[in-house]
Amino acid sequence: MSRDFEWPELLFLVGALRWTILLSIVAFVGGSIGGLILAVARTSSYKVVRWIAQGYIGLIQGTPLLMQLFLAYYGLAVLTGLRLDPWPAVTLAFTLYAAAFLGEIWRGAIQAIPRQQWEAAAALPLAPAAQLRYVILPQAFRIAIPPTVGFLVQLIKGTSIASIIGFVELTRAGQLIVNVTFQPMIVYPAVAALYFVLCYPISLAALRLERRIDADLGLAQRR
Amino acid sequence: MPILALRNVVKRYGTHTVLHDVSLDIEAGEVVAIIGRSGSGKTTLLRCINGLEAIESGSIVFDGAPLPAGGAALRELRRHIGIVFQSLNLFPHHSVERNITLGPTITNKMPLDEARKVALDVLREVDLEDKLHAYPAQLSGGQQQRVAIARALAMRPRLMLFDEITSALDPELVGEVVKVLERLAMSGMTMALVTHEMGFARRTADTLVFMHQGRVWEKGPPRELFATPKTAELESFIQAVLEPND
Repeated sequence: MSRDFEWPELLFLVGALRWTILLSIVAFVGGSIGGLILAVARTSSYKVVRWIAQGYIGLIQGTPLLMQLFLAYYGLAVLTGLRLDPWPAVTLAFTLYAAAFLGEIWRGAIQAIPRQQWEAAAALPLAPAAQLRYVILPQAFRIAIPPTVGFLVQLIKGTSIASIIGFVELTRAGQLIVNVTFQPMIVYPAVAALYFVLCYPISLAALRLERRIDADLGLAQRR
Repeated sequence: MPILALRNVVKRYGTHTVLHDVSLDIEAGEVVAIIGRSGSGKTTLLRCINGLEAIESGSIVFDGAPLPAGGAALRELRRHIGIVFQSLNLFPHHSVERNITLGPTITNKMPLDEARKVALDVLREVDLEDKLHAYPAQLSGGQQQRVAIARALAMRPRLMLFDEITSALDPELVGEVVKVLERLAMSGMTMALVTHEMGFARRTADTLVFMHQGRVWEKGPPRELFATPKTAELESFIQAVLEPND
């Protein structure tokens, strides 16, 4: 006997959506903290600091997210005997993953600030931390908005991979519903629509933020 | 005692020597214009004076103390040495007022109210008090350079360095910046300028320094140097800048 895709099934998907949102938020916030540290480390004047950050980013970017997820879930258990539940395992993996990508995006944004701005700040004379805080990072932030939001949207959709280790977020919930309704052509479009409803407003909001910043600074509209 | 004393300064980029054995004194209140062909080392010289470039050998002594290599000691010294660059001086995400108050409030820990008064004062000195709340993108190139000068003045420096600050401007905007520089020179500010404005150099500078191949090639009162250059290099340089199309 099979069920149809009706209100209770849709509500089940919407309920699972909150795990997608929660995982995305935790990964993005945690990844932002790590990413900021990595970005500053990547532009540091100390070679060793640069190398460590670069090595980490290279490792994460060069390996599939799925493998990182397996390592956090199964690998950690095998290596250390520490058996993580799906939730801590996926948040750990996604946070480490987001940190590497955000770090690299923000490094690019920091390096896009003209050298003269550093020099003008140093001549003022602001200390290195104040140069970053008052001069470099606010400008880098504006530059970083489009790629950061692009990555955030990728991250939200990417959380679907967490379904593989049995973490019930939106995609996993969709699979479960398909298993009982045998209506993939209805369920999966509904799942996709829910991702869209989540992601599209974020892209729009980012565009508005960019325009507002440009208007505040007296810059011509670029688009 | 000179406020700034350079002795046998040598600066290299890799194997290329940019400054050969440069010695130069600047007295308090003196206006020194540094001229020379591109690549003659004049900008590098200016950057070495406030520690933006490290020197290989020789000494730079400001107010009796050698220039520190970096860190807090160098920052302490930079509070007394203002510099304005050719372009991109201002922070585009801050208003004119914030551009000016950043140094006094962050570096000197001046209360914001007081720093705002200073901002208005220094903006008056460059005739831009009405631009207090504007953003750099809303200003012309000449206005931006004048705000940059005002920002440097807000730290009440004892020496001002100007690195070709009119070179990136449209010709019709050069005059307003030069006017501010002349006024500053009249007020008794000690200044070292790298410049291509020969008229300004002749009128305003106490000392003209002609640099060639990383050396101080000729030095003296501007009128003397312009009228009777002692070296063929300065003579041909003067000809080239005064009659560029011949």
